[in-house]
Amino acid sequence: MKEIMLGNEGVARGVFEAGATVVASYPGTPSTEITETIAKHNEIYSEWAPNEKVAMEVVIGASIAGARSFTAMKHVGLNVCADPLFTVSYTGINGGLVIAVADDPGMHSSQNEQDSRHYAMSAKIPMLEPSDSQEAKDFTKLAYELSEKYDVPFMLRLHTRVSHSRSLVDVGERTEVPLKEYKKDINKYVMMPGMARKRHVVVEERQAALQELAEQTELNYIEMNDTKIGIICSGICYQYAKEALPNASFLKLGMIYPLPAKKIAEFAKKVDKLYVIEELDPFIETFVKAQGIEVTGKDLFSVMGEYSVEMIAKAISGTNIETLDVKFEEELPPRPPVLCPGCPHRGLFYVLKKLKLTVTGDIGCYTLGALSPLDSIDACVCMGASIGMSLGMEKARGKDYARKLVAVIGDSTFIHSGITGLIDVVYNKGTSTVIILDNSITGMTGHQHNPSTGFTIKNEPTKQVDLVQLCKAIGVERVRVVDPFDVVETEKVIKEEVAADEPSVIIAQRPCALLKSVRYTGKVTVNQDKCTKCKMCMRIGCPAIAWKDGKIMIDHTQCNGCGLCLNVCKFGAMEKVGE
Amino acid sequence: MAITSIMIVGVGGQGTLLASKILGNVAVSQGYDVKLSEVHGMAQRGGSVVTYVRYGDKVYSPIIAPAGADIVLAFEELEASRWANFCKKDGTLIVNTQRIDPMPVVTGAKNYPLKTMNELVEKQIKLIPVDALALAKQAGTVKAVNVVLIGVLAKSSNIPKEVWIESIKNTVPERFLEMNMKAFELGYNV
Ligand SMILES: Cc1ncc(C[n+]2csc(CCOP(=O)(O)OP(=O)(O)O)c2C)c(N)n1
Repeated sequence: MKEIMLGNEGVARGVFEAGATVVASYPGTPSTEITETIAKHNEIYSEWAPNEKVAMEVVIGASIAGARSFTAMKHVGLNVCADPLFTVSYTGINGGLVIAVADDPGMHSSQNEQDSRHYAMSAKIPMLEPSDSQEAKDFTKLAYELSEKYDVPFMLRLHTRVSHSRSLVDVGERTEVPLKEYKKDINKYVMMPGMARKRHVVVEERQAALQELAEQTELNYIEMNDTKIGIICSGICYQYAKEALPNASFLKLGMIYPLPAKKIAEFAKKVDKLYVIEELDPFIETFVKAQGIEVTGKDLFSVMGEYSVEMIAKAISGTNIETLDVKFEEELPPRPPVLCPGCPHRGLFYVLKKLKLTVTGDIGCYTLGALSPLDSIDACVCMGASIGMSLGMEKARGKDYARKLVAVIGDSTFIHSGITGLIDVVYNKGTSTVIILDNSITGMTGHQHNPSTGFTIKNEPTKQVDLVQLCKAIGVERVRVVDPFDVVETEKVIKEEVAADEPSVIIAQRPCALLKSVRYTGKVTVNQDKCTKCKMCMRIGCPAIAWKDGKIMIDHTQCNGCGLCLNVCKFGAMEKVGE
Repeated sequence: MAITSIMIVGVGGQGTLLASKILGNVAVSQGYDVKLSEVHGMAQRGGSVVTYVRYGDKVYSPIIAPAGADIVLAFEELEASRWANFCKKDGTLIVNTQRIDPMPVVTGAKNYPLKTMNELVEKQIKLIPVDALALAKQAGTVKAVNVVLIGVLAKSSNIPKEVWIESIKNTVPERFLEMNMKAFELGYNV
């Protein structure tokens, strides 16, 4: 039966049909729906791990124990789990292990545009790349067989346009795969120098076998057509190029590491002019050139952003498509993303801006606090970085500077990789303040549970990390809890903690307004008689509050009655109606 | 059959995803090869949102580039202006004339452009303006803006009306069906 599904659902279906039994991941756009979909199957143990490194370690353990296992992450998640990744390449596996990593060219929802193919090469782990949902499923299933055949994890490289596109998939049955026997084998699984040296030999022998696989596999195939133009490509670029150049010949690579040197040479001989079409870095192109084969790639195409059918048609065939003339006299204002109406983060950023603090930021919905009118984040690099960066700022500029410095970090991000930063602050005698924005959920990636919410991926109640106790146990003596909508109290507490000459943590606690358990009622209206037009309420950056025709107005299609503006207005002009 | 490319644009939270889902199901039910592409994550938080739907005998690319759409269905006026260049020269731009201020307009840093629709008309672009909000109210609920626009889209598409009606019947709950059918008809007859 054919069903229309996301590429991510295709991968999930492949994991299910392949009989996997253990799945651990940390969410990250565009990979999140893979694990969410898998979690619906009771035949598979699934979990949200605290971060990608732990997730990877869980599935390595499950594989050693004999289970087919799986983890998925976004491209930057691979940085977090790079340590186990490089060494699981040495140990190899027992039960099949598949690692899905989703790249995000164009950075629809990411902080960088890194190309994860480099990881496959440096870790010497084979990598497959599907180009639509059907291949996403098929390649995943095949990866399990190959993983077990070659005693190596297989990586699956995804892409925003594969993960988040829907196309038709032939749905099959699940095959139950019994656990493989587990035998203690320290020469294979304990990587100390003596054993690792021997395993490195195995890795290099395996590389040769995988090279041969790349030459033989049907995943890499040639489609001969007109021989004037030959295109080497993989993944989504294959789809774009097929449409842009229907008459060209193709070498489509489903396996992108290792690359098939002989097959590439064979294809190159058959065509007059050879191109590589690949987004991001010249990974395939560099390899082809290293074989002494003449090829055109990045001379024509950018290493930045996404490609399209039209871009490829224009670059290779010179086809110019007639576009509409739609230049307007007026400027079109951009529509940047904003914190949702009722977002608990808004109250905190309003106060931070008011206090004119330097704020090291982190990754989550609250990164939007960097944008106007909240304007309150100075730096944001990667998950967990806010705390280390604030300590570094203090050490660079001195203790006095820490008197106007805070780090802000979400609950999921704090658990992911903020705790170690906080330990560093305490251990190395930092004095800065850390604010944990606890909205009771992992918001940015679409509401996943995490260890601080008290529920598992299957919504079952579980032990909840007590953030106050945790910070105290680390050695932070000053731990305060505030409601970020109580802007007066929040301001007072922040002032006190920033002034303190020792580390402090403020937990700003209020649940995400989009959680089903949160029910704000009524709407706010402006009592125009009381409004002094001071525009203080506009500083919270609520999309429901606008300045129109010389008046403050509330858009009732957006207002959810959260009431933050009532706490900000000093003249009582904001009134709640319809409660 | 040549490929039909439809782009649905709007503001995060307006329900453009549902519209593309219905359109996708309609195309699948006709036996076409179908690809849909969506944007999740950061782009959804009240930002400008785009989904692509393409169907035909064999579809390769899931996305549409400038000048590639047969129909651009815009749920909001400013978004219609922003994405108008994705319309083919002989394509159709369906515009819900509802205006939603983006944050730079809310804060007063920028103005909402008011003349762009007139400019598009002057340029003789095939434009179908619809006050979907008013029609939805007429049907009984502001929530049916979506279905009104699907009605307009159905009329402009090459897929029979009954197929659309069937798909809506399969998607919306029984107790809202009457209202939604009314909304669909109002859109279809624009
Ligand atoms: C290493 C890494 N993994 C995953 C992500 C994707 N991601 C971005 S923010 C975020 C979680 C944010 O949750 P939280 O800290 O609770 O803040 P909220 O969005 O709820 O405000 C995730 C998983 C990432 N950017 N980097």
